[in-house]
Amino acid sequence: MDMHHPISSPDGQNAAQDTPRKERLVVVGNGMAGMRTVEELLAKAPGRYDITVFGAEPLPNYNRIMLSPVLAGEKTFDQIVLNSRAWYEENAITLLTGEPVESIDRAAKTVTSASGRVVAYDRLLLATGSMPFIIPVPGSTLPGVIGFRDLADVDAMLAAAAKGGRAVVIGGGLLGLEAANGLRVKGMDVTVVHLMPTLMERQLDPAAGQLLQQELERRGIAVLTGADTAEIVGGEQAEAVRLKDGRLLPADIVVMAVGIRPNMALGKAAGLECGRGVKVDDAMRTSDPAIFAVGECVEHRGLTYGLVAPLFEMAKVLADALADGEGSAYTGSVTSTKLKVTGVDVFSAGDFSGGADTEEIVFRDPARGVYKRLVLKDNRLLGAVLYGDTKDGGWYFSLLKDGADVSAERDTMIFGQGFGGADAGNPKAAVAALPDSAEICGCNGVCKGTIVKAITDKGLTSLDEVRAHTKASASCGSCTGTVEALLAVTAGDAFTAAPAVKPMCKCTHHSHDAVRAAIVAQNLRTMGEVFAALDWTTADGCASCRPALNYYLLCAWPGEYADDYQSRFINERAHANIQKDGTYSVVPRMWGGLTSATELRAIADVVDKFAIPTVKVTGGQRIDLFGVKKEDLPAVWADLNAAGMVSGHAYAKGLRTVKTCVGSEWCRFGTQDSTGLGVKLEQMTWGTWTPHKVKLAVSGCPRNCAEATIKDLGVVCVDSGYELHVGGNGGLHVRACDLLVKVATEEEVLEYTGAFMQLYREEARYLERTAPWVERVGLDHIKRALVDDAEGRAALHARFLFSQRFSQDDPWAERAAKGVDRHEFSLLAKVG
Amino acid sequence: MDQILSALPKTGVAETGVAATSAAADTLWTPVGRVEDIPVRGSRVIRTPDGDVALFRTADDAVFALRDRCPHKNGPLSQGIVHGQRVTCPLHNWVIELSTGEAVAPDVGNAGHIPVRVEDGAVSVALELATAARGGCKGACHV
Repeated sequence: MDMHHPISSPDGQNAAQDTPRKERLVVVGNGMAGMRTVEELLAKAPGRYDITVFGAEPLPNYNRIMLSPVLAGEKTFDQIVLNSRAWYEENAITLLTGEPVESIDRAAKTVTSASGRVVAYDRLLLATGSMPFIIPVPGSTLPGVIGFRDLADVDAMLAAAAKGGRAVVIGGGLLGLEAANGLRVKGMDVTVVHLMPTLMERQLDPAAGQLLQQELERRGIAVLTGADTAEIVGGEQAEAVRLKDGRLLPADIVVMAVGIRPNMALGKAAGLECGRGVKVDDAMRTSDPAIFAVGECVEHRGLTYGLVAPLFEMAKVLADALADGEGSAYTGSVTSTKLKVTGVDVFSAGDFSGGADTEEIVFRDPARGVYKRLVLKDNRLLGAVLYGDTKDGGWYFSLLKDGADVSAERDTMIFGQGFGGADAGNPKAAVAALPDSAEICGCNGVCKGTIVKAITDKGLTSLDEVRAHTKASASCGSCTGTVEALLAVTAGDAFTAAPAVKPMCKCTHHSHDAVRAAIVAQNLRTMGEVFAALDWTTADGCASCRPALNYYLLCAWPGEYADDYQSRFINERAHANIQKDGTYSVVPRMWGGLTSATELRAIADVVDKFAIPTVKVTGGQRIDLFGVKKEDLPAVWADLNAAGMVSGHAYAKGLRTVKTCVGSEWCRFGTQDSTGLGVKLEQMTWGTWTPHKVKLAVSGCPRNCAEATIKDLGVVCVDSGYELHVGGNGGLHVRACDLLVKVATEEEVLEYTGAFMQLYREEARYLERTAPWVERVGLDHIKRALVDDAEGRAALHARFLFSQRFSQDDPWAERAAKGVDRHEFSLLAKVG
Repeated sequence: MDQILSALPKTGVAETGVAATSAAADTLWTPVGRVEDIPVRGSRVIRTPDGDVALFRTADDAVFALRDRCPHKNGPLSQGIVHGQRVTCPLHNWVIELSTGEAVAPDVGNAGHIPVRVEDGAVSVALELATAARGGCKGACHV
């Protein structure tokens, strides 16, 4: 047996005769407080204990406060994992996940898990966290009523959001609003029901609460304040929320986010002294000296905490106690709050209720949506509320915690730190001016001095290294900018602001994925809004980011976003392909590769009339006319239109061709009508805009004459139905398709194709073809979205068809007959 | 300049491409149209005996003129994407400064720059003052 494996090891009499048996530390709870304690302990006293960790969730340790960004689609679960399973192994910690502990035997010093496992301890740490408080109204136990606490809750919300419909969030506090925003971003109709007259009343004063309400309403979230829930109505499932005033709010899901309750059941059952939580002293020890507790499950000096900073402060003290250090004591925390709703900046700290003996400094700029209120008493800062501009939150918070006398800066402090100085607005200078004791990272309680020392002593040059060594900026991330400024000041030229992800282009440090997520999350509707919200470094982008942004906006807001013509590559402006001599090539659409005598005659006539030098049959079963002068394009199109032909979009990042073989209509091997199916696919998909070009094909039998298995999506007909293959292409890096699924009917082929197109449209990066996209995200991801999830597939297909309503106008006819973009095809002037 | 304006068919030049008259008193400056005839962050072409000239209009309504030939492989710069005070050639993505015609590093060359005057929205160019195009690989490399 593994030497450091404590499970069911005998009491140690024979375990090691030469060295004394290590003490056994059992941690109940694999959350942020428990694991932070273990991390601190490993740093202070490595190897001191044999450590076993029980986690109720079947997951490694993750950053729970980042669940809101996961819900909003701004982060993935992998990005919020704090310690992977490998970390536990490296540190010789036994991790038992999906295994809640059910009882403690204090006399025998053992714990028993739900699976019946019994583990002995010398010291036990309870870090059981908290549970969402579910208001005990009728119906509160119906399926469809969920809290917002763990990944399972997020998954439940995402599953509900995938179906669309309505969500009612009960509770207009921090968590409730983050949940509401996430569900809204995911496309649900969201109503927030809040008992108090203004939102987040524990963190915000009424003025800021109202500003926040207006912002949420602007994002399409309905807010009902002063609304008291009477019951949740439903049969087998929650269907509506009834308020005490009689209003009935239909709901497909109900999220209860009215607060949390310390999870002290285990400690209470074991006879530990409990109040609102498990009671602990200043060393985090419970009424049993062998048992400690940390985090949201504890009551300390009559207070319970639900924010991350106090938990981490407790963890430090507790690690000292476990390492048998002396002198450190937890004396309670002053807390500050930030709302993690992207684009909504809210900060508060301290006591801002005001009162007879306090004074207030208030700043309002309604046009910019900025509100700041500082509450002072005897020239010391008592509380601060910031809305819209929170960059000085950290400064106010440190003044507040230090109880500093602010008479000197009182006149200008509302305008922020360093106001009026030569370096006002320069973040590097502001950070350089901070004292070493200034707290930079509120979550982890890391001061400037600690970070500077780590950078200098260890030669750190990147944000990730600073995070690894000091924890600064490793939790909610809102101090990242300050930490980077500190790095730049301290490490100087050595600091490489090398982002972990590749930026879209030189105009921004954001990646394609981050920009896409922000467009949806922050409801950015125009390119100008993207530039402003995401701090573009150029006034109007560049030839690389503009076409990408234009596509992302078009995809996010079908029918609403006005296409930015000047952000398209010339081929998509001229609706033809530019050639090396500045002439263009013209490819009319031939549905499924079919043509006719009329069409061929019209093409021949156009070639003669406009003296078109080269006519070529393409690889996609169409005819390409080369060497057309730009000024002639509208007239060429007019003649082709007259014969019933439309644009083939051979120039577009969009659907190009649907290549077919003749199939069962003529071929003696054909199993299905591949040509007819190809025509139907082309009729459904033509005109769409996609991240890169898309080519489809349908082969009538497995001999695969249409080369369907090197297409973005290829259908291979067989006797019993249709095989769908995806993610192939010819070209520089040939990739054969992966088999996605086999279906029985043409209707299913059409639905899968629409859904696949839409998934590609929504997820792939601009100029990323399906082949590299499939390799990047993995076939399993695509199967999960399309094959395993019938409702998700139908929803994708429906979104595809919806977007097609705005893209299936023949651009040639618009230009040939209606004079659209006439300037594109005419000279401004002739001189001389 | 008002006389020149009145001598110009206001939109006719743009719409029909007829030759602009040289009836203006000022012979150095040839009127070619109005600022609003050029799309914002876009371009229009003037045909001259010495080849095409591309007129560009930036987001802040500044107007520039370059020879419509990229110093790299003669790509029509008028067909490129305009960003800031630069245009990206549609053929191989060389970036050219609108104010000088210089290729942006690491590429080397100059498209040839033509002075532009805008008065009361009327655009004229001084073709005689065009700077010479320079450099590029002229097809020697196979980019």
